[in-house]
Amino acid sequence: MTDPAPGKPLFSQKHLLGIEGMSRADIEALLDLAEDAAPLSRQVNKKKDTLRGRTQINLFFEASTRTQASFELAGKRLGADVMNMSVATSSVKKGETLIDTAVTLNAMRPDIIIVRHHQSGAVDLLARKVDCSVVNAGDGSHEHPTQALLDALTIRRRKGRIEGLTVAICGDVLHSRVARSNMILLSALGAQVRVIAPSTLLPSGIEHLGVEVFRDMRKGLEGADIVMMLRLQLERMNGAFVPSLREYSRFFGLDQEKLALARPDALVMHPGPINRGVEIDSSVADGPQSLINEQVEMGVAVRIAVLEALARHLPNN
Amino acid sequence: MNAPPLALVNARLIDPGTGVDSRGGVLIEDGVIHAIGANVTAANAGARTKIIDCGGDVVCPGLIDMRVFVGEPGAEYRETLATASAAAAAGGVTTIVAMPGTTPPLDDPAVLDFLMRRARDTAKVRVLPAAALTKGLNGREIAEYGLLKEAGAVAFTDGTHCVQDSQVMRRAMTYARDFDALIMPFAEDANLAGSGVMNEGMFASRLGLAGIPREAEAIALDRDMRLVRMVQGRYHAALVTTAMSLEIIARARASGLAVTCGTSINHLTLNDNDIGQYRTFFKLAPPLRSEDDRRALVEALASGLLDVIVSDHNPQDVDNKRLPFGEAENGAIGLETLLAAGLRLVHSGDVALRRLLAAMTIRPAQILGLAQGRLEKGAPADIIRFDPDEPFVVDPVRLHSRSKNTPFENALLQGVVKLTLVAGSAVHA
Repeated sequence: MTDPAPGKPLFSQKHLLGIEGMSRADIEALLDLAEDAAPLSRQVNKKKDTLRGRTQINLFFEASTRTQASFELAGKRLGADVMNMSVATSSVKKGETLIDTAVTLNAMRPDIIIVRHHQSGAVDLLARKVDCSVVNAGDGSHEHPTQALLDALTIRRRKGRIEGLTVAICGDVLHSRVARSNMILLSALGAQVRVIAPSTLLPSGIEHLGVEVFRDMRKGLEGADIVMMLRLQLERMNGAFVPSLREYSRFFGLDQEKLALARPDALVMHPGPINRGVEIDSSVADGPQSLINEQVEMGVAVRIAVLEALARHLPNN
Repeated sequence: MNAPPLALVNARLIDPGTGVDSRGGVLIEDGVIHAIGANVTAANAGARTKIIDCGGDVVCPGLIDMRVFVGEPGAEYRETLATASAAAAAGGVTTIVAMPGTTPPLDDPAVLDFLMRRARDTAKVRVLPAAALTKGLNGREIAEYGLLKEAGAVAFTDGTHCVQDSQVMRRAMTYARDFDALIMPFAEDANLAGSGVMNEGMFASRLGLAGIPREAEAIALDRDMRLVRMVQGRYHAALVTTAMSLEIIARARASGLAVTCGTSINHLTLNDNDIGQYRTFFKLAPPLRSEDDRRALVEALASGLLDVIVSDHNPQDVDNKRLPFGEAENGAIGLETLLAAGLRLVHSGDVALRRLLAAMTIRPAQILGLAQGRLEKGAPADIIRFDPDEPFVVDPVRLHSRSKNTPFENALLQGVVKLTLVAGSAVHA
């Protein structure tokens, strides 16, 4: 076993369940670790042996392409045996409860479980029933900590800092775990966080969560350094939360004209997958200010860092 | 185009917005009010100015009717924009708000655009569209308030449909607030109203007709007031028709909510006893209420609690009305008799003329955010002249509406509109 960067501060937790409750030092330690991990994926030989002999289970109760692939690659690049559990073919479909699934998997002695679940709080519940480390890959509308970390890393690499930046998070904040994790993380690192959405897509009382709230996108974009767009689920677009796709894109879609209201050097982010022409225009998504592909690359680096940090807590290390 | 200036002189000027009620005249140039007051006289007028001596008749802002059902598009056999606007002009109504329950409904910017172009080409008075509160007026999905407002919608309502789903209503109010859109819902609990066809009470029982309790209106209105408090939006109750509803509005307003309300001329001047032997021209939605409720509405008008009077003009042809009471359509025409029927309340001494006119001019203008509805220098010259005392008998044959379903058939009314100006041009004389 290599002992990665012994001089750096260790991540203090056994699990990574959310950004909430993490100290600024923990966050920055992870970002530093991820910064160091980024070159690994650009090498010809992408393998390290930090997790050699370890077992990582990706347990995804919700469909995912990029997050699952990202965790899988991160685990494999660190030498772990990675197993993907597809819920569609598992015993969950046969009516097994979450806790029974956790207990069963625990008996197989994995070292790290990566969990995504459609219910807020489900990952936390599962973490209490297993002996290994658990990483939250998204729970309901609650948190998606590795997404927030990769967003922060992407911003830090491009802007050199997070402190003092104005970040506008725009779209379906109500249902977004990405927005929640980012609001906490970016505020903790000293950014000014704004949220922009129609009131029907804002959680009640959001103005008390330390963010500035805008219902008019044009006003919210003024002076923004970072514009972070959120995905709008198509089923939420037909009159339930917003009247229609065309009205949403007219008032809350990011196009060149609206982007021009932000700072000239503003950068555009999106956790993906994008709805072209709905929340983001193709010319913006594919334009020079877009960081969307860089976010995906940093996603692998951040997950490598998270796995490495958690590995220090594994027994027999 | 440069029409000569027009001076209406020797008039009793009433501007409900400022409280002016005095002798004088109005000078109109280029479609707007240029001067007003005692100094506007025949002697002071320029050589080119056309002068109309009003002989002491009332001159006041043209009426603004916030609730008019026009058959166009889709039911032109009942009413077109041309016939509705002719009726409006004859009744002294210079602005009508068209209800969205057309075929297709006004829930799409393209349909709004069509209506406004048709109105521009065929209507004598100003026509402002109220767009749908929910798509297809079905109460399930909120409409495109942003795009519809840009297309010209002045308010949002589902006409005679009440959104039953409280979650939909909450989201509609929330979303409308973001766009500073005025919503004017119709309040009726559909299940409680059930299959009722008239006001629940003694008269319904005697006629053997299923009743609609006043609570059906109160429960929906009560719910809406709680949602308004939650959302902190603007709300105009399109039609309140009972004493119970007025109490709810009064309470909401006393607690600081941005709530206004209207009622129809029918509910102010008629009651459920008028249905007599199953007269379907008196079948309305909401139904005509008891005399006690009518009295409460008149008092609320006098006190200012009731903001707006509408005609609730709803043309229905004979095939929809000459049916058993329970099967007949709801609705009555009213554009042409709105003012004269309202003057009944003035002649009976219940309401001051200025208060009556305020509910048909300045209050709708303020609620809708319109420049008209006032006699002020620079305001659009939407002006009417009428003799409040001159009597006439309502002859349905002579009414301009394509449909003749007036509850004031053969009634003796007082108040004849002698001149109607829209942007300074005479549309009725």
